[in-house]
Amino acid sequence: MTLSDKVERGPLFFRDRDWHPAAYAPGYKTSMTRAPFRPLVSMGSTLSEETGPAFGHSMIGLLDNNLIMNFTGEPAIGERIIMHGRVLDEQGRGVPNVLVEIWQANAGGRYRHKKDSYAAPLDPNFGGCGRTISGPDGAYEFLTVRPGAYPWPNRVNDWRPMHIHISVFGSGFGQRLITQMYFEGDPLIARCPIVNTIGQDKAIQALVAPLDMNRAIPMDCLAYKFDIVLRGRRQSFFENRKEGL
Amino acid sequence: MQELDYLKESPSQTAGPYVHIGLTPNKLGIEGIYPFDLGESPIKEGAQGEAITIIGTVQDGAGMVMRDALIESWQADAQGIYPGNDPRGAADPNVTGWARIIADFDSGEWTLKTIKPGRVPFPDGRLMAPHIALWVVARGINLGLQTRIYFQDEDNESCPVLQRIEHRPRVNTLIAKKTAANTYRFDIVLQGENETVFFDM
Ligand SMILES: [Fe+3]
Repeated sequence: MTLSDKVERGPLFFRDRDWHPAAYAPGYKTSMTRAPFRPLVSMGSTLSEETGPAFGHSMIGLLDNNLIMNFTGEPAIGERIIMHGRVLDEQGRGVPNVLVEIWQANAGGRYRHKKDSYAAPLDPNFGGCGRTISGPDGAYEFLTVRPGAYPWPNRVNDWRPMHIHISVFGSGFGQRLITQMYFEGDPLIARCPIVNTIGQDKAIQALVAPLDMNRAIPMDCLAYKFDIVLRGRRQSFFENRKEGL
Repeated sequence: MQELDYLKESPSQTAGPYVHIGLTPNKLGIEGIYPFDLGESPIKEGAQGEAITIIGTVQDGAGMVMRDALIESWQADAQGIYPGNDPRGAADPNVTGWARIIADFDSGEWTLKTIKPGRVPFPDGRLMAPHIALWVVARGINLGLQTRIYFQDEDNESCPVLQRIEHRPRVNTLIAKKTAANTYRFDIVLQGENETVFFDM
């Protein structure tokens, strides 16, 4: 573990709970028994939320962000894509040294997991996970295959749109976030009960990655651009809090 | 009027049923991609402080023990300094502070072996009681849940965070019960009668 060059301090921006999905979302049935019913206890962040674990570039293996090759060394089957973007904070600044971990189904829509019994076959050369650490300007990239849509037990005919699961760490434990990236133009997005746990269309659109032909490599792979935004930090000369609240 | 040009935080989505593929692939049996899973332990050999073990479960509103829950923990060293970016200075080099803890795939029980953290100041300078911050995700949880483990054998009355909990009996849901020497029990209940206090901090 290494300390990032610029140490991030300061209280975290408050989370906009209306922007995030509601905990209790009846369209997504499992949430009904897993959502707290009582109000959250709200207060400003403390050192416990403002500090967080640091990750170093040295812990990342050469193929960790290459899901096409990182399982067996033989290429996985599917539509080859680059997934790339920047990790930003709410002030729009690139956030360096962020651990970005992803996982996904294979090109047929099947996960390497004993609980996944979907008819699509496993790809012997696709493991399904990757990780990287954002660069000095917050940039990150993965090479992978576009995951297939898949059915899931919720209502009788619910299908997940094509998606990649993403986990990110900021510099504070209170910025910890897991989300999913969707693909431009997928007609299943609007029909998905998990997508629709998010109440505002603008927020849903923030999870849809556009096709990025500038980053595509001719005769090799397409690209999708996906920026990830972490909670910002308040900075003020009037932030000397020794005197009390 | 000028426009505020802040970005919005990426909206959360559930970690889903296959979170272990991404975060603990080796424990799931997907081996060979990473040499080991991250967050195996929050401490290294030689960490100073009282070694403790915390055992617990995560239960849903139907009283079911969740075998798919994933928890991350974050804590200070025995002196109350956080590793990494604590503005007050460097922590014990043998405390990394962070762990990734998964419920056992069969029993649903999880275990955290660590050292008891020291007291960390609240923004106004008062000391918070020793605690470990937790973040809980699973299928059906749309936004990771923040909670804390406090300890039965510490002075929790004076903790400025616990004092903010208006419904006093609920404070009890944040306190790990001592079950043996250096051993505590901490069950997380997502919903219902004994629902754990979750924070928005
Ligand atoms: Fe999925």
